[in-house]
Amino acid sequence: MAKAITASVMKQKRQVPWLYLLPAIIVMTIFILYPMLNTVSLSFGNANGTASAATTCREGQPCWGVFENYRYALTNELNTTNVKTTWDSFWVSSYGNMIKWLLVMVTGTVGIGLVFAVLVDRIKQEALAKSIIFMPMAISFVGAGVIWKFVYNYGTSQVQTGILNAIITGLGFKPVSWLTESPLNTYMLVVVGVWMWTGFCMTLLSSAIKSIPEEIIEASRIDGAKNFEIFTKIQVPIIAPTIVVVITTMVINVLKLFDIVYVMTGGNYGTNVIATRMYTEMYTNAHYGRGTAIAVILILFIIPFIVMNIRRFTKQEAMR
Amino acid sequence: MTTATLSKPLPKQRLKRKPNNIGTGIGIVIILILWLVPTIGLLVTSFRPVALINTTGWWTALDVNNGPISAQHPDPNASYAEKLGTRFTINNYVDALTGYRGTSTYLDACASTTKPLGMNCDISDLLNPRGMGRAFVNSIIVTVPSTIFPILIALFAAYAFAWMDFKGRYAIFAILVGLQVVPIQMTLVPVLRMFAGMGMNGTFPAVWLFHTGFGLPYAIYMLRNSMSTLPKDLFESAYLDGANHWQVFTKIVLPLTMPAIASLAIFQFLWVWNDLLVSLVFLGGSKPVMTYQISNMVSSLGAGWHLLTAAAFLSMLLPMIVFFALQKYFVRGMMAGAVKG
Repeated sequence: MAKAITASVMKQKRQVPWLYLLPAIIVMTIFILYPMLNTVSLSFGNANGTASAATTCREGQPCWGVFENYRYALTNELNTTNVKTTWDSFWVSSYGNMIKWLLVMVTGTVGIGLVFAVLVDRIKQEALAKSIIFMPMAISFVGAGVIWKFVYNYGTSQVQTGILNAIITGLGFKPVSWLTESPLNTYMLVVVGVWMWTGFCMTLLSSAIKSIPEEIIEASRIDGAKNFEIFTKIQVPIIAPTIVVVITTMVINVLKLFDIVYVMTGGNYGTNVIATRMYTEMYTNAHYGRGTAIAVILILFIIPFIVMNIRRFTKQEAMR
Repeated sequence: MTTATLSKPLPKQRLKRKPNNIGTGIGIVIILILWLVPTIGLLVTSFRPVALINTTGWWTALDVNNGPISAQHPDPNASYAEKLGTRFTINNYVDALTGYRGTSTYLDACASTTKPLGMNCDISDLLNPRGMGRAFVNSIIVTVPSTIFPILIALFAAYAFAWMDFKGRYAIFAILVGLQVVPIQMTLVPVLRMFAGMGMNGTFPAVWLFHTGFGLPYAIYMLRNSMSTLPKDLFESAYLDGANHWQVFTKIVLPLTMPAIASLAIFQFLWVWNDLLVSLVFLGGSKPVMTYQISNMVSSLGAGWHLLTAAAFLSMLLPMIVFFALQKYFVRGMMAGAVKG
């Protein structure tokens, strides 16, 4: 649409658009495009990017030549003594943890968000209830990390000042060190993520539910449908496209997740995820080759979603 | 004007039924409690004295007789209100702001004869590099330019994408849509090396530039979408009046794009304010921002819950105010920019 107008109505010299675009293109080239390419090339180099990764191989050790950093990134966390140890160590590696994060956090945020959006649609205090759920989106992961570290606090003395352990001991159980016991700790971190991002999912899903014509709901109610049937057989199928969008957004966010893990456990006790591991390699260990190799693996996971984003955009544009 | 208002159909009133079963009400209340309790715990704890935080749960804050003897009111016959008064304090906030880490409190320590180590006991302590006061200032210094720069640059580019015709317009914009999703991790190492080569690591301009670069794809995308919904009649009549692009851009498009700019500014401001990774890598401890200071306190042994809770609440104050005061813009910006960096 816009194309046709500008061509016919607003005449301009050929270079004018580029003057408007130039600052943006320069900044993005320096800070996004060039670094991305550079990251890929660094991932084939040694610790400080001065020689090929192949030169870091040691005799008698497994080596993938120029892909040595990728060998390290993919296999170093695994204990490959036998099949069982490999399997067990995979599930506390950054990749295994990523799968746990993806499964639990996406189901949690979308599930709770959907249920809450439907429930809250029926009450008068809808706006207030929604802003309470959305509020964690405004604060930092660091702030949320402190909030939840206190909830999970594990007292060594008789008194439990963390509310979760207080409840557990009140019920007669032994207190649990939630953040150090693997594999439990990763799930406890996921809870923080769910707490923060449910509001986002709820808001998108709620506006989709509200766009369903009231007549459809009323008609099925007259036909004798119960609330639960209306939810599963009418509302959910109609808003399915929105649910897909919400899920993909959440997947992208989870893949990039860094702050919660960094603040709450520092990636220790088997809670590492891809982003925290990358930070450790590049900053703590100052090994640029390995750090960038992990970053490249991360973007390989994300590329399908980049393609999806562009496709969705192209479709939207075609409809305008 | 009046006719236009009248001819507009009334907005459809959605039926609000009472919760038609108890389950709905209970379900909502349970979720709300789960969402509120952790934050309330933090808030209550941040106002309690150290001795009580470590010996009693925050949910017993209104019980005035528990806790160690040292925390009890000196007069056992004092009224409930008097006793309650001694069980809440703002010392945690003073200590967090000034960065005091001693065994007493900042105010007590300064009232005594020997000054606490590294403190001047005057207003300058608010800028102590270990405190949240200084971190607050640093956060502002980081956030304001990191919000203004990308929006300024994006406005021009967005206008070109929305209302100018040039070769490759569509292709370049599609690339931009893809770039939005690129994770920050993908660019950290090269940019760090680049800044190191220029001696810029640990300086504010380094962070401003990085946030500007990473804020642009989303900023351009959002502004362009908003600008391209403006009616084309505007542009036609402006052109007939002899206006050029610059005049159309500054006189017509900018004022009409203000709501979108507001949403974008709030989103970018909070994104930068809440960011940890970028400040951690490019500023680190040399110019600590609030998120850095807190994460540092979490990992260092010296900082107890009284400091952490107060510091965390201080860092949330501004986002909370922005959220509740400008909720509409905030939610709009958040919804569109969820996949950024």
